[in-house]
Amino acid sequence: MTLKHISIKNLIRRKGKAFFVLAGLVIGVSTVVGIISYIEAMTNDINHKLEKYGANILIVPRTENLTLTYGGLSLGGVSFEMQEIREAKLAQVSSIKNARNIAALGPLVLGVVDVNSHKVLLAGVDFKASTILKPWWQLQGELPDENGVILGAEAARILKLSTGDSFETKDRHFVVSGILQPTGSQDDQLVFARLSTAQALFDKGGRVSMAEVAALCQDCPIEEMVRQISDALPGAKVMAIQQVVKGRMQTLGQFKKFSVGISGVILLIGSLVVLVTMMSSVRERTDEIGIFRAIGFRKRHVMQIIFLEAAIVSGLAGIVGYLLGWGSAKAAVQFFVDGHSGIVPFNLELAAGAFILALFIGLVSSAYPAVMAARLDPGEALRSL
Amino acid sequence: MSYITAENLIKTYGRGDAVVSAVCDVSFQIEAGEFVGLMGESGAGKSTLLSIMGAMNAPTSGSFVVDEINIYSLSSEQQADFRREFLGFIFQDFCLVPYLTVFENVMLPLTIVRKSRKQKQVMVENALSQVGLLEKAARLQNQISGGEKERVAIARAIVNEPPVLLADEPTGNLDSKTSADIMKLLQNFNSDGMTIIMVTHSEACARYARRLMRVSDGKIVADQPMSGKHLAN
Repeated sequence: MTLKHISIKNLIRRKGKAFFVLAGLVIGVSTVVGIISYIEAMTNDINHKLEKYGANILIVPRTENLTLTYGGLSLGGVSFEMQEIREAKLAQVSSIKNARNIAALGPLVLGVVDVNSHKVLLAGVDFKASTILKPWWQLQGELPDENGVILGAEAARILKLSTGDSFETKDRHFVVSGILQPTGSQDDQLVFARLSTAQALFDKGGRVSMAEVAALCQDCPIEEMVRQISDALPGAKVMAIQQVVKGRMQTLGQFKKFSVGISGVILLIGSLVVLVTMMSSVRERTDEIGIFRAIGFRKRHVMQIIFLEAAIVSGLAGIVGYLLGWGSAKAAVQFFVDGHSGIVPFNLELAAGAFILALFIGLVSSAYPAVMAARLDPGEALRSL
Repeated sequence: MSYITAENLIKTYGRGDAVVSAVCDVSFQIEAGEFVGLMGESGAGKSTLLSIMGAMNAPTSGSFVVDEINIYSLSSEQQADFRREFLGFIFQDFCLVPYLTVFENVMLPLTIVRKSRKQKQVMVENALSQVGLLEKAARLQNQISGGEKERVAIARAIVNEPPVLLADEPTGNLDSKTSADIMKLLQNFNSDGMTIIMVTHSEACARYARRLMRVSDGKIVADQPMSGKHLAN
């Protein structure tokens, strides 16, 4: 028989208390593991989506006297007409060094048209590229053919047009094939047509007003890509739009900080559960510890018994806590994250970390009860019998 | 010098006006191989005196020397070592560990001793044989009788073959026949050379001792060898 044997037998005898300590630690560890795994999955998901939709790069004509603010809609018709990018030149973007990081290239032709006595901005776009560039679009209706358009929500409201309605502009007849759900962006105020339709309408064959690039930027330097595109298109101004990426990453970062705080509190509560339970266990075992001390156990032997018990329960809690946290994260990802594959990989490092964390909390929380037990005076302890 | 020497032992509890004297200036010597009975009323100070002799309760003043070792000059860890190597304890109420079997309870003092598993097993079996409980080694304490529990406690006390055995009311919870059996067992150990100091308030049990100290109000009021007519067989 060894001290380990005594510890195991005592744990079996006091199953309730052992379970309570186990539960306290499992909750703490599984929460931390769950949160870390969930954040990891979210980060992977965001990276995955960024890879798909990219941090957009905007290619606009270089000009000294024109403020071309697509987002702010401050387009000056006359001066705008003077600046275009050659479509053939734009094709050079696909030959840059980091071309493999380009998910989609979306040329735009912009111009102003009169519809039902309102001036409205019409954008000719490549609808295939738009599915990657503008994944937030929700279209009620169908994509337009050569004589069709789709309307932003605000444009439809102001122009009083619905799906199936038609209008005339610049001597051409157009049918509204669909209306976009409100996006909260400038797209709400635009009329969208096929690129070729817009080029013909504005007499801009082979030319585009600007272009959007979806770059796969998880492992590529966006600034470097901007430089490469600028070199390929010397007449254009190339800008990286990183706000979206930064915003999402910032939100995730804040969530991480919040989660670390929550995890800390839960771990603290778990530690207190262990501390209180072990203290109560030591108090219950005063007579037993008195016997140990009376028959010659040194203080360290008593501490060893308490620490062994804590280590056995904590180690088990580390394993169970990891598995539970991992499972919870898998469930949460499948439940809360749209479009995610639901894969939360088994992370050996995290598993080892959970085991060590549980062991650390269990042992640290048991230190005071162990010292208290070791300091029990055998004479005093046996008088309690 | 005697094997055990107590000099001017005083033990008080409490402070100021609430001071209670449990042991009052007690001195005695015990030679190796003696069987000493400590008798007295409840609260007379017998158990306090025994716990001082057991290196578990430091006296307020005075010295207690065993085999030329001044016990209370040792550190608490050295005192633990002393208890392990020199003393065997038989407690009131058996004091068995409830979740351990008879075998494991007897093995308990050997758990922290550097001996091979085989050696320890032989020692435990030997101790259990001496108290006649080898066949019940696998039982838990709730599966044996009161007399058997006492025997387990005795086996645990003698398993590491200590030179001194301290017994606190070893038959306090037993019927007269079982008590007699237990006392005979102790007598046998004494015959083999073990020094036994036993607290009791049973005259019948005291007759098994070869020397009787009577304790009253923390003092030894009588200390005499048991004459032949008082001795139990």
